[in-house]
Amino acid sequence: MNISQTKSPGANNPITKILSWFGTAIGQLFVSVLVPAVTFLVLWQGYLFLQRAAAPQIVQVLVAIVWGVGGVALLYVVTNWLVMKLPKKISKTLQPFVFVGPAVVIMGWFLAVPVVRSLVASFRNYLGTEWVGLENYKFAFTDPRMLETFRNNLLWMVFGTFFSVAFGLLIATLADRSKAEVLYKSIIFTPYALSFVGAGVIWKFIYTYKGTGIGIREIGLLNAVVTALGGTPQPWLNLTPWNNFFLIVIMIWLQTGYAMVILSSAIKGVPAELLEAARIDGANEFKIFFSIIVPYIKGTLLTVTTTIVIFSLKTFDIVRVMTGGNNGTNVIANEFYLQSFTYNNAGRASAIAIVLLLLVTPVIINNVRSFNQQRRGF
Amino acid sequence: MANSLKSHKASQSFWTNFVLIVICVLWMIPILGILITSFRPSDEIFRNGWWNVFPHKEDVEVSRVVIPESVDVDGPISYGGKTATFQEWQRGIQLDDGTKATWYGNKRTRTLIISENKWVGFATNLTLENYKDVLTGKTITYKNAQGQTITRTGNNLGGAFLNSLAVTIPGTIIPILIAAFAAFGFAWLDFPGRNVVFTIIVALLVVPLQIALVPILQDYVKLELNGTFLGIWLAHTGFGLPLATYLLFNYISTIPRELLESAYIDGASNFTIFTNLILPLSVPALASFAIFQFLWLWNDYLVALVFLGEKNQTVTIAVAQLVGEKGQDWHLMTAAAFISMILPLVVFLSLQRYFVRGLMAGSVKG
Repeated sequence: MNISQTKSPGANNPITKILSWFGTAIGQLFVSVLVPAVTFLVLWQGYLFLQRAAAPQIVQVLVAIVWGVGGVALLYVVTNWLVMKLPKKISKTLQPFVFVGPAVVIMGWFLAVPVVRSLVASFRNYLGTEWVGLENYKFAFTDPRMLETFRNNLLWMVFGTFFSVAFGLLIATLADRSKAEVLYKSIIFTPYALSFVGAGVIWKFIYTYKGTGIGIREIGLLNAVVTALGGTPQPWLNLTPWNNFFLIVIMIWLQTGYAMVILSSAIKGVPAELLEAARIDGANEFKIFFSIIVPYIKGTLLTVTTTIVIFSLKTFDIVRVMTGGNNGTNVIANEFYLQSFTYNNAGRASAIAIVLLLLVTPVIINNVRSFNQQRRGF
Repeated sequence: MANSLKSHKASQSFWTNFVLIVICVLWMIPILGILITSFRPSDEIFRNGWWNVFPHKEDVEVSRVVIPESVDVDGPISYGGKTATFQEWQRGIQLDDGTKATWYGNKRTRTLIISENKWVGFATNLTLENYKDVLTGKTITYKNAQGQTITRTGNNLGGAFLNSLAVTIPGTIIPILIAAFAAFGFAWLDFPGRNVVFTIIVALLVVPLQIALVPILQDYVKLELNGTFLGIWLAHTGFGLPLATYLLFNYISTIPRELLESAYIDGASNFTIFTNLILPLSVPALASFAIFQFLWLWNDYLVALVFLGEKNQTVTIAVAQLVGEKGQDWHLMTAAAFISMILPLVVFLSLQRYFVRGLMAGSVKG
């Protein structure tokens, strides 16, 4: 390995001398320290530049993008280069960790360890300084505030999920028989790309209420329709408990497209011969739908339902933007937000987070079980 | 017989399309509403609903009549052959010549507005003013209690848009890069604990991120990462990694073994195999996840709210703030909402096929 021992003709040339020095063991060690040091320095300078925030915004944004993406790539290259410098046996054992290490560390820091930390915090007081036993769970399961959120989340879960899946299935089935399938499906799917905040503005405008009086013309679509039909305009978002349903409508509007896309591809998987045979036997379309298509796509139906149920349990943005959880529309995730960032009660917030985790635990167990079944010889 | 079957089919197809068209119209109306509103002058938005930009019949003011001082407005008031009380005039009275007279404002105005019900065509006064207002944010200068002059910019959604880009672009690429390395490691390299660790990753797929917010925020305060781009990239990387690793693992583990083995025989290292073989082969899976993650980050509100807050605010935060502070300024809110939607809509509509593929592969996200 030691290149400096082989005397080359140009050894007296100072440049060659310096270069050959890098080949020596000390030189190698020096390089192995220098390269990470320079890498670190470059990344650190980038960090400081962004921290100072002195440059115009557009420059900063560009630097941030290059620094962030380039930095991660650079770290991998440098680490791998370092590991490859080690004796072959060690580098072979270490290299897998270069590949999976960063991901595992980050996931550990951001998800796995927080589960334990939240669990611990849920047994401590609002500042996290003293043990309080089950106090926070007593709040989480018996406080009227929490009971209200449970009721509302149940509404979201039942009605939101049912109508999203039902509409999704209906549209997927109908569109399958139409020539303009792609167009219909694109239109229904579009809201799925929107943020809940944006959707919040859209629907707030539909529900907006000007008040009653002479000469007032409603600018909210719902009140305009109600007035045109001879009714009186209403402040829809203040009508407890019906306002929950007006919020759930937004979820249905957003999620139906998702259900439709997944179910549509499942419906296309139903063998044509099966449908043909049923039609020849004289089965009508309803019968075909309920006794052939639905049983055939049962698995996909279950997956879609599960995904939307999880979504409905964690619903936050819509409620936050539309009502802030007031007027009887509070949900678990919003109460979590209030407890942790408005009331600064880390103990209660952690208990609520653990409740959310408990609610999705059956899905976690199911995921792990089916994954292990799939790859037994992994 | 065959004829009746044919007509049966035709009527079925008619009803199928009819139902679909009705649903599609219902689905588009909400977006159409704010799109149209965002181009209307602000005073018009308050006067009547956005559907008035389409041709419709409306009472149009033709003239104004002043009731002379001699008439007692508390008693019956006569005009144009009709006699009625103030309240009745206020509600509007149909005159014999087909026009309508409506009292303007309170009693003291003594003014009747004479209007005619006629057809109004498409609105022609649409404007880009709302977008200009909300993007740049007019500068507001005021003096505070100490007499200092303070300048505050308005909504500056343009700045928020840039911030969103600075959050989403690295926040999309970084987790994909890290996940691709990890997926390759899990699929093709052997190391102790491989099974256990990957099972934990599968378990993490649907863990609600609320569980992490409080502990991570504590760490961020200590590390001074709160409000920084680095902080939010790391957070989005952490929350996105389980799904990214899982999806890419499923894809990369299906790459034929012979392909890799021949590369090893040629003396390629793991790293070169990864960069020269695995990455190019995984482009479809990488693209699917990239669109997924991009939309998720662009539309994210909770994570940005917790880790960025007021500093470096993203479009979702800016729009939500607008809703909170100026809840009745529909000209600003609709324009802002539409700006926040443009990019995801373009990405979504142009890359829908890739997106759907990603959606199919993993429909569970924490």
